[in-house]
Amino acid sequence: MNILVYINSSDHLAKSALEAVTYAKKIGGTITVVATGSVADATLGTLGEYGAQKVLVDRSVATEDSQQVTRLIAKAAESTGAELIIFSHDLVAKAVAPRLSVRLKAGLVSGAVDVPNASGQVKVNVFSGKAFGFVAVKSEKKIISLLPNSFQPEKTGSVCPVEAFDGAAGASAIKVVETKMPEGEIPLPEAELVVSAGRGLKGPENWGIVEDLAKALGAATACSRPVADIGWRPHHEHVGQTGVAIRPNLYIAVGISGAIQHLAGVNGSKVIVVINTDPEAPFFKAADYGVVGDAFEVLPKLTEAVKKFRSTPH
Amino acid sequence: MKILVCISKSPDTTSKIAFTDGNKQFDENGVQYIVNPYDEWYALVRGLELKETLGGNLTIITVGNAADEAIIRKALAIGADDAVRIDADPKDAYFTAIQIAEYAKSNGFDLILTGKETINYNGSQVAGMIAEAMDLPFVSLATKLDINGSTARMEQEIVGGVQVVEANLPLVVSCAKGMAEQRIPNMRGIMAARTKPLTVVAPSAVEDLTAYVEYGLPAPKSAVKMIDPNNMDELVALLHNEAKVI
Repeated sequence: MNILVYINSSDHLAKSALEAVTYAKKIGGTITVVATGSVADATLGTLGEYGAQKVLVDRSVATEDSQQVTRLIAKAAESTGAELIIFSHDLVAKAVAPRLSVRLKAGLVSGAVDVPNASGQVKVNVFSGKAFGFVAVKSEKKIISLLPNSFQPEKTGSVCPVEAFDGAAGASAIKVVETKMPEGEIPLPEAELVVSAGRGLKGPENWGIVEDLAKALGAATACSRPVADIGWRPHHEHVGQTGVAIRPNLYIAVGISGAIQHLAGVNGSKVIVVINTDPEAPFFKAADYGVVGDAFEVLPKLTEAVKKFRSTPH
Repeated sequence: MKILVCISKSPDTTSKIAFTDGNKQFDENGVQYIVNPYDEWYALVRGLELKETLGGNLTIITVGNAADEAIIRKALAIGADDAVRIDADPKDAYFTAIQIAEYAKSNGFDLILTGKETINYNGSQVAGMIAEAMDLPFVSLATKLDINGSTARMEQEIVGGVQVVEANLPLVVSCAKGMAEQRIPNMRGIMAARTKPLTVVAPSAVEDLTAYVEYGLPAPKSAVKMIDPNNMDELVALLHNEAKVI
């Protein structure tokens, strides 16, 4: 089978790109990568180590314009005879994969968490992670958008050739006016470790102990919906059913009761630690490790323990 | 401004999720359907705010059967001017999007808004599919949307920050948190909704490309391990040795 993987890493190869190529390799076939962005040829060639046979790159395509990216991928799919096209389920994929589905009349599976089963059905999370489903694709051509952090990248091969590719993508209909990048923060959707806090912190002035723990761990910070709604923390930190859904390796929830809507945004986390004064907080039922205690006492102790751990070799 | 807001039904956010018919069907027993929160709180309310500022008309559209008219009336009560129901089971995202695109093509909308995804299928597919079927530009997961003349200015959260983009109308936008605040319909709105026009349109002949063949519930978590609040070294050791996450 001919498989085409689209990646949009801007300056370095994102882990999600390596995951997508690894995923294609696990399905098996002739794997071509089509890339946009400014990653150097030599770096793109290392995708061969994860299973790519060839990388096609068109650096003129603007990822903010889903029409341009769709034209590029459609042309690459045609020239490689791709029967399966794989995305990592990020902002660009959420705009482009549905367009490509219409253009190629290829059924789209969004947010896959596993390789297709023996019947070709693909497992996805549904009901905001409260359940899973298997999707059958009826069309000949198929598109799968892989949920990040579902597969770990695996090196199996060696570097592959990289070729310039003219996607004939046309002009961009979307103009980027401004990009605001706050310094020094770890982006929440990419973070492998997350420290999150809720109303139990009693006020925005108390977030220092949360940030200290996050800093000691190298974690991103997040918050519950009430905390974002009353303006203690910025909206982009709100995780939950109506905020950001995340699936880090470790989610530490401090002073968050664990309403069903909050759990929907974090139930993909590999390990959940809950710290709460209330032993009856529903979040403990979804936790792997629990600490009943006052955040203002527990967090500084945990931060010290993490610092001690980090300062000794393991 | 002619604005079209696409709405979908979804189970209430507190619904118990269960399956029936050998795990092939969602168990609707006792489930209360609502307007999908992303469609209602962000797409519909921002659409209304734009209409109130710029003038014009806001139409809501859904693909569904007669039972879905309850959510249509709710959206009308919040302030939409009129509604269209395409009389079909929304078989998959492709089927739904092409139905909406077919209607929208012949009705000249300046702006088509959807929520960023539904809370039941989380596919984030319909808006992009509508845009492609209509050959329109598309901005996904916008957290802000303003219109100035024939130009739309939007913000999107990108990895590590925020991106401000502009595009010309007509345009398709999917809406995420930050764009507007939830509106509770008042009694006047609820009364007015009863008499607002609701057009039922026969579906176009469109095939579906995907199908959910089976569902399941995640295995229950093993019991939580409680740690002494005075022994955080133990928690760190467990996270390293047992959970292997640090």
